[in-house]
Amino acid sequence: MLRVRDLACARGGLPLLEGVSFSLVPGQALVLRGPNGCGKTTLLRSIAGLQPMLAGQIETAPEAIAYAAHADGIKATLSVAENLQFWAAIFGTSGIDAALDQMNLRRLRDRAAQHLSAGQKRRLALARLLVTGRPVWVLDEPTVSLDAASVALFAAVVRGHLADGGVALMATHIDLHLPEAETLDLTPFRARLPERGTGGFDEAFL
Amino acid sequence: MIALLTRDLRLALRAGGGFGLGLAFFLILAVLVPLGVGPAPATLAVIAPGILWVGALLACLLSLDRIFALDFEDGSLDLLATAPVPLEAVVSIKALAHWLTTGLPLVLISPVMGLLLFLPAEAYLWLILSLGLGTPALSVIGTFGAALTVGLKRGGLLLSLLVLPLYIPTLVFGAEVVGRGAQGLSIGTPLALLAGITFGAVALLPFASAHVLRINLR
Repeated sequence: MLRVRDLACARGGLPLLEGVSFSLVPGQALVLRGPNGCGKTTLLRSIAGLQPMLAGQIETAPEAIAYAAHADGIKATLSVAENLQFWAAIFGTSGIDAALDQMNLRRLRDRAAQHLSAGQKRRLALARLLVTGRPVWVLDEPTVSLDAASVALFAAVVRGHLADGGVALMATHIDLHLPEAETLDLTPFRARLPERGTGGFDEAFL
Repeated sequence: MIALLTRDLRLALRAGGGFGLGLAFFLILAVLVPLGVGPAPATLAVIAPGILWVGALLACLLSLDRIFALDFEDGSLDLLATAPVPLEAVVSIKALAHWLTTGLPLVLISPVMGLLLFLPAEAYLWLILSLGLGTPALSVIGTFGAALTVGLKRGGLLLSLLVLPLYIPTLVFGAEVVGRGAQGLSIGTPLALLAGITFGAVALLPFASAHVLRINLR
Protein backbone atom coordinates (compact mmCIF):
# COMPACT_ATOMS: atom_id res chain seq x y z
CA MET A 1 0.00 0.00 0.00
CA LEU A 2 2.91 2.30 0.72
CA ARG A 3 6.36 1.41 -0.48
CA VAL A 4 9.36 3.68 -0.02
CA ARG A 5 12.60 2.71 -1.73
CA ASP A 6 16.01 4.26 -1.23
CA LEU A 7 14.57 7.62 -0.30
CA ALA A 8 16.90 10.55 0.26
CA CYS A 9 15.62 13.89 1.38
CA ALA A 10 17.01 17.27 2.35
CA ARG A 11 15.94 20.18 4.50
CA GLY A 12 17.08 23.69 3.65
CA GLY A 13 19.53 22.35 1.07
CA LEU A 14 21.18 20.03 3.61
CA PRO A 15 20.77 16.29 2.98
CA LEU A 16 19.34 14.67 6.10
CA LEU A 17 18.44 11.12 5.22
CA GLU A 18 19.45 8.66 2.55
CA GLY A 19 18.71 5.08 1.68
CA VAL A 20 15.45 4.89 3.65
CA SER A 21 13.40 1.91 2.51
CA PHE A 22 10.31 0.34 3.98
CA SER A 23 6.96 -0.90 2.87
CA LEU A 24 3.61 -1.14 4.55
CA VAL A 25 0.85 -3.58 3.71
CA PRO A 26 -2.78 -2.92 4.69
CA GLY A 27 -3.26 -3.17 8.41
CA GLN A 28 0.32 -2.29 9.23
CA ALA A 29 1.65 0.62 11.26
CA LEU A 30 5.18 1.96 11.35
CA VAL A 31 6.55 4.27 14.00
CA LEU A 32 9.53 6.42 13.05
CA ARG A 33 11.98 7.21 15.77
CA GLY A 34 15.13 9.20 15.99
CA PRO A 35 16.58 12.20 17.78
CA ASN A 36 15.33 15.74 17.11
CA GLY A 37 16.47 17.06 13.77
CA CYS A 38 17.22 13.65 12.30
CA GLY A 39 14.72 14.19 9.49
CA LYS A 40 11.46 12.62 10.61
CA THR A 41 9.33 15.58 9.60
CA THR A 42 11.24 16.00 6.34
CA LEU A 43 10.69 12.35 5.49
CA LEU A 44 6.97 12.59 6.23
CA ARG A 45 6.61 15.80 4.20
CA SER A 46 8.37 14.12 1.28
CA ILE A 47 5.99 11.18 1.46
CA ALA A 48 3.02 13.54 1.69
CA GLY A 49 4.26 15.19 -1.52
CA LEU A 50 4.94 18.58 0.03
CA GLN A 51 8.59 18.63 -0.86
CA PRO A 52 10.65 16.96 -3.55
CA MET A 53 12.99 14.16 -2.61
CA LEU A 54 16.62 13.99 -3.64
CA ALA A 55 16.48 10.38 -4.73
CA GLY A 56 14.41 7.26 -4.40
CA GLN A 57 10.83 6.25 -5.04
CA ILE A 58 7.58 6.44 -3.20
CA GLU A 59 4.90 4.08 -4.42
CA THR A 60 1.37 4.48 -3.25
CA ALA A 61 -2.10 4.60 -4.71
CA PRO A 62 -2.95 8.07 -6.05
CA GLU A 63 -4.72 10.31 -3.54
CA ALA A 64 -4.35 7.79 -0.76
CA ILE A 65 -2.43 9.85 1.75
CA ALA A 66 -3.89 11.89 4.58
CA TYR A 67 -1.23 14.03 6.20
CA ALA A 68 -1.35 15.54 9.67
CA ALA A 69 1.41 17.96 10.51
CA HIS A 70 2.77 19.51 13.71
CA ALA A 71 0.35 22.40 13.25
CA ASP A 72 -3.29 21.57 13.80
CA GLY A 73 -4.65 23.42 10.77
CA ILE A 74 -7.67 24.61 12.72
CA LYS A 75 -9.48 27.87 12.08
CA ALA A 76 -9.95 29.59 15.43
CA THR A 77 -13.18 31.41 14.61
CA LEU A 78 -14.94 28.36 13.19
CA SER A 79 -16.66 25.86 15.45
CA VAL A 80 -15.46 22.29 15.83
CA ALA A 81 -18.19 21.02 13.52
CA GLU A 82 -17.52 23.71 10.90
CA ASN A 83 -13.81 22.89 10.87
CA LEU A 84 -14.54 19.22 10.30
CA GLN A 85 -17.31 19.83 7.78
CA PHE A 86 -14.93 21.92 5.71
CA TRP A 87 -12.38 19.12 5.47
CA ALA A 88 -15.10 16.56 4.81
CA ALA A 89 -16.31 18.68 1.88
CA ILE A 90 -12.76 19.15 0.57
CA PHE A 91 -12.11 15.42 0.68
CA GLY A 92 -15.54 14.66 -0.78
CA THR A 93 -16.83 12.68 2.18
CA SER A 94 -19.92 13.29 4.24
CA GLY A 95 -20.84 12.84 7.85
CA ILE A 96 -18.64 14.06 10.65
CA ASP A 97 -20.56 12.49 13.51
CA ALA A 98 -18.57 9.28 13.57
CA ALA A 99 -15.32 11.25 13.72
CA LEU A 100 -16.67 13.46 16.51
CA ASP A 101 -17.68 10.41 18.51
CA GLN A 102 -14.43 8.58 18.00
CA MET A 103 -12.30 11.49 19.14
CA ASN A 104 -14.69 12.32 22.02
CA LEU A 105 -15.58 15.75 20.62
CA ARG A 106 -19.34 15.55 20.53
CA ARG A 107 -19.83 17.78 23.57
CA LEU A 108 -17.59 20.40 21.96
CA ARG A 109 -19.34 20.26 18.61
CA ASP A 110 -20.54 23.88 18.53
CA ARG A 111 -17.68 25.39 20.53
CA ALA A 112 -15.49 27.85 18.61
CA ALA A 113 -12.07 26.32 18.09
CA GLN A 114 -10.36 29.29 19.71
CA HIS A 115 -11.89 28.27 23.04
CA LEU A 116 -10.52 24.74 22.93
CA SER A 117 -7.56 23.62 24.99
CA ALA A 118 -4.38 22.50 23.23
CA GLY A 119 -5.26 18.86 23.73
CA GLN A 120 -8.82 19.36 22.45
CA LYS A 121 -7.44 21.12 19.36
CA ARG A 122 -5.16 18.17 18.81
CA ARG A 123 -8.11 15.79 19.03
CA LEU A 124 -9.92 17.91 16.45
CA ALA A 125 -6.87 17.80 14.17
CA LEU A 126 -6.81 14.00 14.49
CA ALA A 127 -10.57 13.76 13.89
CA ARG A 128 -9.83 15.41 10.53
CA LEU A 129 -7.99 12.22 9.52
CA LEU A 130 -11.17 10.24 10.03
CA VAL A 131 -13.22 12.47 7.73
CA THR A 132 -10.65 12.33 4.92
CA GLY A 133 -11.56 8.71 4.29
CA ARG A 134 -8.05 8.04 3.07
CA PRO A 135 -6.22 4.78 3.75
CA VAL A 136 -2.64 5.98 4.30
CA TRP A 137 -2.19 8.13 7.39
CA VAL A 138 1.05 10.08 7.58
CA LEU A 139 1.26 11.57 11.06
CA ASP A 140 3.84 13.93 12.47
CA GLU A 141 3.91 13.83 16.28
CA PRO A 142 0.19 13.04 16.54
CA THR A 143 0.17 12.85 20.35
CA VAL A 144 1.59 16.29 21.15
CA SER A 145 -0.31 17.83 24.09
CA LEU A 146 -2.63 14.84 24.47
CA ASP A 147 -3.22 13.47 27.96
CA ALA A 148 -2.95 9.76 28.74
CA ALA A 149 -6.66 9.11 28.18
CA SER A 150 -6.61 10.88 24.81
CA VAL A 151 -3.48 8.99 23.76
CA ALA A 152 -5.33 5.75 24.52
CA LEU A 153 -8.33 7.08 22.57
CA PHE A 154 -6.08 7.91 19.63
CA ALA A 155 -4.38 4.51 19.78
CA ALA A 156 -7.81 2.91 19.59
CA VAL A 157 -8.67 5.04 16.56
CA VAL A 158 -5.44 4.03 14.84
CA ARG A 159 -6.15 0.39 15.67
CA GLY A 160 -9.60 0.71 14.12
CA HIS A 161 -8.10 2.32 11.05
CA LEU A 162 -5.61 -0.55 10.69
CA ALA A 163 -8.38 -3.11 11.16
CA ASP A 164 -10.22 -1.47 8.25
CA GLY A 165 -7.21 -2.13 6.03
CA GLY A 166 -5.54 1.24 6.41
CA VAL A 167 -1.93 1.92 7.15
CA ALA A 168 -0.33 4.47 9.46
CA LEU A 169 3.10 6.01 9.38
CA MET A 170 3.90 7.99 12.49
CA ALA A 171 6.76 9.96 13.90
CA THR A 172 6.43 9.98 17.65
CA HIS A 173 8.52 9.96 20.79
CA ILE A 174 6.06 8.40 23.17
CA ASP A 175 4.87 4.83 23.36
CA LEU A 176 1.42 4.48 21.82
CA HIS A 177 0.85 0.98 23.23
CA LEU A 178 0.33 -0.38 19.76
CA PRO A 179 2.09 -3.74 20.01
CA GLU A 180 1.42 -4.48 16.35
CA ALA A 181 3.25 -1.35 15.18
CA GLU A 182 6.76 -1.79 13.92
CA THR A 183 9.46 0.68 14.73
CA LEU A 184 12.03 2.16 12.39
CA ASP A 185 14.94 4.04 13.87
CA LEU A 186 16.13 6.66 11.40
CA THR A 187 19.54 7.17 12.99
CA PRO A 188 21.38 4.68 10.70
CA PHE A 189 20.02 6.45 7.62
CA ARG A 190 21.53 9.80 8.45
CA ALA A 191 23.03 11.28 5.29
CA ARG A 192 26.77 11.72 5.16
CA LEU A 193 27.57 15.39 4.86
CA PRO A 194 28.81 16.30 1.39
CA GLU A 195 32.49 17.00 1.20
CA ARG A 196 33.43 20.60 1.53
CA GLY A 197 33.58 22.62 -1.65
CA THR A 198 31.75 20.17 -3.86
CA GLY A 199 28.42 21.96 -3.62
CA GLY A 200 29.53 25.08 -5.39
CA PHE A 201 28.82 28.66 -4.49
CA ASP A 202 25.20 28.69 -5.59
CA GLU A 203 24.25 25.81 -3.31
CA ALA A 204 24.50 28.13 -0.36
CA PHE A 205 21.57 30.10 -1.69
CA LEU A 206 19.27 27.25 -2.63
CA MET B 1 -14.29 24.29 -3.99
CA ILE B 2 -17.55 25.80 -2.82
CA ALA B 3 -16.60 24.64 0.67
CA LEU B 4 -13.33 26.55 0.50
CA LEU B 5 -15.10 29.67 -0.74
CA THR B 6 -17.74 29.56 1.95
CA ARG B 7 -15.08 28.89 4.58
CA ASP B 8 -13.02 31.89 3.47
CA LEU B 9 -16.06 34.16 3.32
CA ARG B 10 -17.19 32.95 6.74
CA LEU B 11 -13.74 33.55 8.19
CA ALA B 12 -13.64 37.03 6.68
CA LEU B 13 -17.03 37.94 8.12
CA ARG B 14 -16.36 36.64 11.65
CA ALA B 15 -14.56 38.62 14.31
CA GLY B 16 -11.03 39.55 13.32
CA GLY B 17 -11.58 38.53 9.72
CA GLY B 18 -10.70 41.93 8.33
CA PHE B 19 -13.77 42.25 6.13
CA GLY B 20 -14.36 45.95 6.78
CA LEU B 21 -10.71 46.93 6.66
CA GLY B 22 -10.48 47.91 2.99
CA LEU B 23 -13.92 49.44 3.04
CA ALA B 24 -13.12 51.60 6.06
CA PHE B 25 -9.87 52.70 4.48
CA PHE B 26 -11.66 53.69 1.27
CA LEU B 27 -14.26 55.63 3.23
CA ILE B 28 -11.63 57.45 5.32
CA LEU B 29 -9.72 58.42 2.19
CA ALA B 30 -12.80 59.81 0.46
CA VAL B 31 -13.73 61.78 3.56
CA LEU B 32 -10.24 63.13 4.18
CA VAL B 33 -9.37 64.22 0.65
CA PRO B 34 -11.94 67.06 0.51
CA LEU B 35 -10.68 68.20 3.92
CA GLY B 36 -7.09 68.22 2.71
CA VAL B 37 -7.54 69.55 -0.81
CA GLY B 38 -10.33 71.99 -0.01
CA PRO B 39 -14.03 71.75 -0.72
CA ALA B 40 -13.99 73.44 -4.15
CA PRO B 41 -16.13 71.19 -6.38
CA ALA B 42 -14.17 72.10 -9.52
CA THR B 43 -10.86 70.90 -8.06
CA LEU B 44 -12.36 67.77 -6.54
CA ALA B 45 -14.17 66.81 -9.73
CA VAL B 46 -10.86 66.85 -11.61
CA ILE B 47 -8.99 64.65 -9.15
CA ALA B 48 -11.91 62.40 -8.13
CA PRO B 49 -11.31 59.61 -10.70
CA GLY B 50 -7.67 59.27 -9.73
CA ILE B 51 -8.34 59.48 -5.99
CA LEU B 52 -11.07 56.86 -6.16
CA TRP B 53 -8.92 54.46 -8.11
CA VAL B 54 -5.85 54.98 -5.91
CA GLY B 55 -8.07 54.49 -2.87
CA ALA B 56 -9.51 51.25 -4.22
CA LEU B 57 -6.04 50.00 -5.06
CA LEU B 58 -4.59 50.76 -1.63
CA ALA B 59 -7.66 49.30 0.08
CA CYS B 60 -7.07 46.06 -1.85
CA LEU B 61 -3.40 46.11 -0.92
CA LEU B 62 -4.21 46.35 2.80
CA SER B 63 -5.71 42.90 3.08
CA LEU B 64 -3.47 41.01 0.64
CA ASP B 65 -1.10 39.49 3.17
CA ARG B 66 -4.01 37.77 4.89
CA ILE B 67 -4.81 35.68 1.81
CA PHE B 68 -2.26 32.95 2.54
CA ALA B 69 -0.43 34.06 5.70
CA LEU B 70 -3.17 32.96 8.11
CA ASP B 71 -3.56 29.57 6.45
CA PHE B 72 0.20 29.17 6.42
CA GLU B 73 0.58 29.97 10.10
CA ASP B 74 -2.03 27.55 11.37
CA GLY B 75 -0.91 24.79 9.03
CA SER B 76 -4.05 24.53 6.92
CA LEU B 77 -2.15 25.54 3.78
CA ASP B 78 0.00 22.39 4.07
CA LEU B 79 -3.13 20.34 4.52
CA LEU B 80 -4.86 22.03 1.57
CA ALA B 81 -1.81 21.31 -0.58
CA THR B 82 -2.16 17.60 0.23
CA ALA B 83 -5.95 17.61 -0.25
CA PRO B 84 -7.58 16.33 -3.44
CA VAL B 85 -8.03 19.81 -4.89
CA PRO B 86 -5.61 21.31 -7.41
CA LEU B 87 -3.59 24.15 -5.94
CA GLU B 88 -4.45 26.25 -9.00
CA ALA B 89 -8.09 26.02 -7.99
CA VAL B 90 -7.23 26.83 -4.38
CA VAL B 91 -5.45 30.06 -5.36
CA SER B 92 -8.27 30.99 -7.76
CA ILE B 93 -10.85 30.50 -5.02
CA LYS B 94 -8.70 32.47 -2.58
CA ALA B 95 -8.50 35.33 -5.09
CA LEU B 96 -12.25 35.16 -5.64
CA ALA B 97 -12.89 35.24 -1.89
CA HIS B 98 -10.57 38.23 -1.58
CA TRP B 99 -12.43 40.02 -4.36
CA LEU B 100 -15.84 39.24 -2.85
CA THR B 101 -14.77 40.58 0.54
CA THR B 102 -12.68 43.53 -0.65
CA GLY B 103 -13.18 44.43 -4.30
CA LEU B 104 -16.92 43.96 -4.61
CA PRO B 105 -17.83 46.10 -1.55
CA LEU B 106 -15.59 48.85 -2.95
CA VAL B 107 -17.39 48.70 -6.28
CA LEU B 108 -20.77 48.89 -4.59
CA ILE B 109 -19.88 51.78 -2.31
CA SER B 110 -17.91 53.75 -4.92
CA PRO B 111 -20.92 55.87 -6.11
CA VAL B 112 -21.26 57.22 -2.56
CA MET B 113 -17.57 58.03 -2.52
CA GLY B 114 -18.03 59.73 -5.88
CA LEU B 115 -20.68 61.96 -4.32
CA LEU B 116 -18.27 63.00 -1.58
CA LEU B 117 -15.71 63.96 -4.22
CA PHE B 118 -18.11 65.78 -6.59
CA LEU B 119 -17.58 63.27 -9.37
CA PRO B 120 -19.38 64.50 -12.52
CA ALA B 121 -22.70 62.76 -13.03
CA GLU B 122 -21.81 61.19 -16.37
CA ALA B 123 -18.79 59.42 -14.81
CA TYR B 124 -20.70 57.27 -12.30
CA LEU B 125 -21.48 54.52 -14.75
CA TRP B 126 -17.86 54.38 -15.84
CA LEU B 127 -16.63 54.44 -12.25
CA ILE B 128 -18.69 51.39 -11.34
CA LEU B 129 -17.86 49.65 -14.61
CA SER B 130 -14.12 50.29 -14.41
CA LEU B 131 -13.87 49.28 -10.76
CA GLY B 132 -16.00 46.22 -11.42
CA LEU B 133 -13.77 45.26 -14.30
CA GLY B 134 -10.46 46.25 -12.71
CA THR B 135 -10.65 45.11 -9.08
CA PRO B 136 -10.64 41.38 -9.97
CA ALA B 137 -7.22 41.99 -11.53
CA LEU B 138 -6.08 43.63 -8.29
CA SER B 139 -7.16 40.56 -6.31
CA VAL B 140 -5.60 38.06 -8.71
CA ILE B 141 -2.30 39.94 -8.99
CA GLY B 142 -2.32 40.43 -5.23
CA THR B 143 -2.85 36.71 -4.68
CA PHE B 144 0.25 36.08 -6.77
CA GLY B 145 2.20 38.52 -4.59
CA ALA B 146 0.83 36.88 -1.44
CA ALA B 147 1.89 33.47 -2.74
CA LEU B 148 5.40 34.80 -3.39
CA THR B 149 5.79 36.09 0.16
CA VAL B 150 3.86 33.41 2.04
CA GLY B 151 6.70 31.98 4.11
CA LEU B 152 8.06 35.32 5.23
CA LYS B 153 7.44 36.77 8.66
CA ARG B 154 6.18 40.34 8.31
CA GLY B 155 6.23 40.02 4.54
CA GLY B 156 3.79 42.89 4.12
CA LEU B 157 6.34 45.47 3.04
CA LEU B 158 7.96 43.17 0.50
CA LEU B 159 4.49 42.20 -0.73
CA SER B 160 3.61 45.86 -1.32
CA LEU B 161 6.87 46.49 -3.15
CA LEU B 162 6.32 43.45 -5.37
CA VAL B 163 2.68 44.08 -6.10
CA LEU B 164 2.50 47.85 -6.55
CA PRO B 165 4.42 47.94 -9.85
CA LEU B 166 2.13 45.20 -11.16
CA TYR B 167 -0.88 47.29 -10.16
CA ILE B 168 0.18 50.34 -12.16
CA PRO B 169 -1.33 49.39 -15.56
CA THR B 170 -4.66 48.58 -13.90
CA LEU B 171 -4.59 51.91 -12.08
CA VAL B 172 -3.64 53.91 -15.18
CA PHE B 173 -6.31 52.45 -17.43
CA GLY B 174 -8.96 52.28 -14.71
CA ALA B 175 -8.55 55.94 -13.76
CA GLU B 176 -8.37 56.84 -17.46
CA VAL B 177 -11.76 55.23 -18.10
CA VAL B 178 -13.37 57.29 -15.34
CA GLY B 179 -11.50 60.48 -16.26
CA ARG B 180 -12.44 60.29 -19.92
CA GLY B 181 -15.98 59.30 -19.01
CA ALA B 182 -16.23 62.41 -16.81
CA GLN B 183 -15.20 64.59 -19.74
CA GLY B 184 -17.58 62.84 -22.11
CA LEU B 185 -14.77 61.42 -24.26
CA SER B 186 -14.76 57.97 -25.78
CA ILE B 187 -13.59 55.33 -23.29
CA GLY B 188 -13.24 52.38 -25.66
CA THR B 189 -9.47 52.00 -25.66
CA PRO B 190 -8.70 52.21 -21.92
CA LEU B 191 -11.71 50.04 -21.13
CA ALA B 192 -10.55 47.38 -23.58
CA LEU B 193 -7.04 47.49 -22.13
CA LEU B 194 -8.40 47.26 -18.59
CA ALA B 195 -10.51 44.27 -19.55
CA GLY B 196 -7.49 42.73 -21.26
CA ILE B 197 -5.38 43.06 -18.11
CA THR B 198 -8.09 41.51 -15.96
CA PHE B 199 -8.86 38.58 -18.22
CA GLY B 200 -5.17 37.93 -18.85
CA ALA B 201 -4.41 37.99 -15.14
CA VAL B 202 -7.36 35.78 -14.25
CA ALA B 203 -6.43 33.27 -16.94
CA LEU B 204 -2.68 33.03 -16.36
CA LEU B 205 -1.68 34.12 -12.86
CA PRO B 206 -3.33 31.27 -10.89
CA PHE B 207 -0.84 28.87 -12.50
CA ALA B 208 2.08 31.08 -11.49
CA SER B 209 0.64 31.53 -7.98
CA ALA B 210 0.16 27.80 -7.50
CA HIS B 211 3.71 27.14 -8.66
CA VAL B 212 5.35 29.64 -6.31
CA LEU B 213 3.14 28.37 -3.50
CA ARG B 214 4.43 24.83 -4.06
CA ILE B 215 8.00 26.12 -3.92
CA ASN B 216 7.31 28.13 -0.78
CA LEU B 217 5.73 25.17 1.00
CA ARG B 218 8.82 22.97 0.64
